[in-house]
Amino acid sequence: MKKVSAQLAAWLFLTPYLLSTVVFLLWPLAISFDLSFKQTFGPGHAEWIGWDNFRFLLSDPLFWKAATNTAIYAACSVCIQLPLSLCLALLLNRPRLWAKGFLRLVFFSPSLVGLVFVGVLFSMLFEKRTGLLNRLLVVFVPGFNIDFAWLESYVMVSLVLASLWLYVGFNMVYFLAALQNVPNELVEAAMLDGASAWQRFRHVVLPEILPVASFVVLLSLIGSFQLFELPFILLNGAGPDNQGLTIVMYLYSTGFVTGDLGYASAIGWVLSLVLMMFAAGQRWLVRKLEK
Amino acid sequence: MKNSKFIRVLNRAGTILVPFVLWSAALVTLLPFFWMVTAALKSREDFFRSLFLPEGKGWFGIAWEKLTLGNFHRLFANENFGMHIINSAFLSSATALCATLSSAMGGYALAKLRFVGRGILTWFVLWSLVIPGTLLLAPGYKVLYDLHLLNTYYGLILPALAPAFGVFLFRQAMVNTVPDAILESARIDGAGELRIFFVIVLPLVRPMVGAFLMITYLGTWNNFLLPQVVLQSPEMMPLSVMISQLRGIYSQDYGLIMAGTLISIVPVMLLFLLLQKEFISGLTTGAVKG
Repeated sequence: MKKVSAQLAAWLFLTPYLLSTVVFLLWPLAISFDLSFKQTFGPGHAEWIGWDNFRFLLSDPLFWKAATNTAIYAACSVCIQLPLSLCLALLLNRPRLWAKGFLRLVFFSPSLVGLVFVGVLFSMLFEKRTGLLNRLLVVFVPGFNIDFAWLESYVMVSLVLASLWLYVGFNMVYFLAALQNVPNELVEAAMLDGASAWQRFRHVVLPEILPVASFVVLLSLIGSFQLFELPFILLNGAGPDNQGLTIVMYLYSTGFVTGDLGYASAIGWVLSLVLMMFAAGQRWLVRKLEK
Repeated sequence: MKNSKFIRVLNRAGTILVPFVLWSAALVTLLPFFWMVTAALKSREDFFRSLFLPEGKGWFGIAWEKLTLGNFHRLFANENFGMHIINSAFLSSATALCATLSSAMGGYALAKLRFVGRGILTWFVLWSLVIPGTLLLAPGYKVLYDLHLLNTYYGLILPALAPAFGVFLFRQAMVNTVPDAILESARIDGAGELRIFFVIVLPLVRPMVGAFLMITYLGTWNNFLLPQVVLQSPEMMPLSVMISQLRGIYSQDYGLIMAGTLISIVPVMLLFLLLQKEFISGLTTGAVKG
């Protein structure tokens, strides 16, 4: 009798999670699988078309444009943003630094701002003639043209700049937590052995923080590949010549503007497969590191 | 130790250079915020005339008397901004409370209760972490349509009840911090499972409860895509959607838009900066200790 009630208690505790998982995760997953083989016209009408969505996707120039843009953005995130985050974390981790807590707070604060609000704020910062960026550049760079249109001619640069402001401090928090977990004795021992600052970083600190670093790379890849709100608001759509079109923006516009939920689902599956490959790759890497 | 002198010089340079670099970076980080605040407080003419604060004869050579709350006044008088603040606050609180409760309950069952299927379910929670939310966007819309939940707040709150991320976090937190012995003795004393959960277990993981409440509150407050897709009535929109529409309609009214953005960002940000320790520890638990 007691055993039964214990079992029951467990399932009752899990009920809210299970119910909403079935209704809002498993059921949509099944529908999405089904939809990806259909052509739809709004949520009400659908027609079976087999593999046509996927076949069309492979030859769809807009999809490839979106995929290229997204991949470039992701590469910039990993290659520019993360090293900057690591540098900030290393600098902040120095002993006897004045106002360390305040600085960490300042760097972290942009990541509390939602992507929409960042989009609105930066669309005004980047504006020609009136925006902060051009008005500052005119003062500091001789001969700079105040009518320089960031959001028209340098779409990706603007996106990356905005994302740097937003995410460098966020990732820094992870690196900082990892750096604080590096045993001090290890670093001191290396110092006694006469290792230079770079050698200490390369051979003592880096191996210790590598698992966290790989996790941050994964987070940042997953986030980058789902980029939507920032360019959507910043460029008020896909931007000139679709220079700011991302995969999720394309998914959104085929699903909710064109009304083809089927093709949108197909795009979703392809994107998910890529993300799952990243996740599997990270797990493989961590396991290899642990050996 | 040939280059020890060189290293000492480098170290001394570092004690000056490092703060310089850090404070410059801090300045760059704060500049957009400062620009936003000043733009929100200026009239249209002063926005074009001055970069930050208008020059004049007041303290620090600034015309303090030219600053105005006119933009805020217009927001509340003409754009019904108060209602959108309440919408956002309600949605975020309701989602945060429900999601935290259901995650804590689920995490507790997975961490501390013995039942058939626990292993499979734990594995499933982990696996579902990998599914990207965007895959569910199109079919989720169809589900909400079939359930007649489009254009309701239920359509936003109910899907948020199943954050695998939350269940996983609470499971991790409870496995180590909740001793089995306490639970056993409470059971022997005849305490019911619900009472054990609320009186013993939840207080033990209070830091995680706080962190997760904040994470979900902030996430809902900042969420744009879901309300944009699910809601249709203008009077139901949260601030995120409202601001993006404002930007579309009054693209040249810089003061108004910056005032709206300021109100959407700052109160929540201040609250979180006050509680940042708990928040950050919640964010990094999974990564560093996991």
